[in-house]
Amino acid sequence: MIEVDVAIIGGGPAGLASAMKACEEGVKDILIIERGMELGGILLQCIHDGFGTFIFEETLTGPEYAQRYIDEVKKTGINVKLNTMVLEIDSAKRIIAVNQEDGLLEIEAKAIILSMGCRERTRAQILIPGDRPSGIYTAGVAQRYINIEGVIPGKKVVILGSGDIGMIMARRFTLEGAKVEGVYEVMSNPGGLTRNVVQCVEDYEIPLHLSHTITNIRGRRRVEGVTVAKVDSEMRPIKDTERFVPCDTVILSVGLIPENELSKSADVGMDPITNGPIVDEQMQTSVPGIFACGNVVHVHDLVDDVSKVAEVAGRGAAEYIDGKLKKRRSPIKVKAGRNVKYVVPQIIHGEKFDEDIRFYLRVKEIEKSVKTVVLADGERIFEKKIKIVKPPEMVKLDISPDILNRITGDELIIDVEGEEDEEKS
Amino acid sequence: MKRSHNFTCIVCPMSCQIELIEEDDKILEVRGNGCKRGEEYVTEEFTNPVRMLTTTIPVQEGRIAMLPVRSERPVPKNLLRRCMKELSKVRVKAPVRCGDIIYENILDTGVSIISSRDLSIGNYSEFR
Ligand SMILES: Cc1cc2nc3c(=O)[nH]c(=O)nc-3n(C[C@H](O)[C@H](O)[C@H](O)COP(=O)(O)OP(=O)(O)OC[C@H]3O[C@@H](n4cnc5c(N)ncnc54)[C@H](O)[C@@H]3O)c2cc1C
Repeated sequence: MIEVDVAIIGGGPAGLASAMKACEEGVKDILIIERGMELGGILLQCIHDGFGTFIFEETLTGPEYAQRYIDEVKKTGINVKLNTMVLEIDSAKRIIAVNQEDGLLEIEAKAIILSMGCRERTRAQILIPGDRPSGIYTAGVAQRYINIEGVIPGKKVVILGSGDIGMIMARRFTLEGAKVEGVYEVMSNPGGLTRNVVQCVEDYEIPLHLSHTITNIRGRRRVEGVTVAKVDSEMRPIKDTERFVPCDTVILSVGLIPENELSKSADVGMDPITNGPIVDEQMQTSVPGIFACGNVVHVHDLVDDVSKVAEVAGRGAAEYIDGKLKKRRSPIKVKAGRNVKYVVPQIIHGEKFDEDIRFYLRVKEIEKSVKTVVLADGERIFEKKIKIVKPPEMVKLDISPDILNRITGDELIIDVEGEEDEEKS
Repeated sequence: MKRSHNFTCIVCPMSCQIELIEEDDKILEVRGNGCKRGEEYVTEEFTNPVRMLTTTIPVQEGRIAMLPVRSERPVPKNLLRRCMKELSKVRVKAPVRCGDIIYENILDTGVSIISSRDLSIGNYSEFR
């Protein structure tokens, strides 16, 4: 049995930043457990630029962003176990992990930080009918093949999904000499940032077909083509718009799901909307001493936000083992209101708030000229105008302690109000 | 002859649809932009569009097979493919440090291609 103060599961940007913060806060015995052969997580394969604009105020590539944290971690006494897979954790904070050198490892931690990231949705989860040939990859797997292994997995590519990863891979395949036949998106708006629509798709004259989906995949051994169709307003394919597109590769970029088997094994309370643990303002889960941060909590679009929130978790873990964690009152639930899909943190329960809390919200639909409103006991305690909200771009609200300390009830509702709502009221 | 060009602005989330009207490369009018930054953006995009180039280079004796690299600064957009072609001939040998110059002054742009991570010596095939 190994005993540590803080065990961090996953060595991506969330794990690295939380480890650094815990270390700065004086925690002596920190262990990062990473199943990959290197630290850095998914950033290592995201070779494009666009990372770090908030934290470092310059635009870095994914590996560069990771390198900055890896260099910092190396200067400290933080322990790292690579090539080590965590198999199970329980609510008593015992960890079972395995690697080739040590075999089965038992680790007991005073506090645990969950930072396992997320994984990609696959074909099975979106139910595309047809044959089962080779040549179908998720975007992240294709990204790994090209950027880490140096293998281009196809020559004629169809991409399903216009999230950032799908569009980034459209550009990557094109620059590597493959032909991208088109990006097909079931929604009527692109799933990713406008910057990526312009710089990854339009720059290379790749057709972007909105309100379209793949209805069938054909091929005996290798993909030979896909059938695509327009969809109606209910997202049902329209039969007579079906068309066959020859290709040898299908790339699925159809969303990410937080990776939470371990959280569940520790009996951590889960949010059915985010698919991640329910956390409070210190990123503590429902199990005392177990914290969570990064994509394991909800899918972030900017790594800068991941690092920032990871510091909150790192500090929380340090305070927890010192017995200094904020005194708790009965929890105040934070609920998603109008045009809000979810809010993180889902609960707050400091007895007295002495610093800002940042709420992250994901909206359901694009809306212009809106106001985000925080309601407590029916009273509007906070309002902020925003020019436009879009589902691919997380909305961040920093609420100050003087507002937070005015909350009386046990519930907060966060609404995004349109112009018309305001006129009505 | 007067020509019109359409742009989607990427400066902020508003994504304004901006039209630029020009005659013999002289900009006559910019419209549809919600703010000044939009005008600057389309002017730049029309006169001298630039992009960062990011790609990978095969590494010998490295811990992993490919080294991620980027242009130190953005390069002219119309040179991206030629840069890729130029870089397709390049090989590097581990170890490499983040920021090392991998290819100097690509296509006489004055921009060098630099390494985007540390890459130590190792036997990649061991990990496959
Ligand atoms: C293709 C792509 C493009 C992106 N582009 C951008 C961009 O342009 N700009 C930007 O700011 N952000 C971008 N992001 C988002 C950003 O990369 C993520 O938000 C960030 O990497 C999430 O960090 P994380 O630490 O939560 O997860 P990850 O980076 O996924 O790290 C999780 C780590 O946990 C490890 N792990 C999981 N389970 C276990 C286990 N059981 N045992 C041991 N280890 C385990 C994994 O191996 C992994 O290393 C992009 C993401 C992707 C996928």
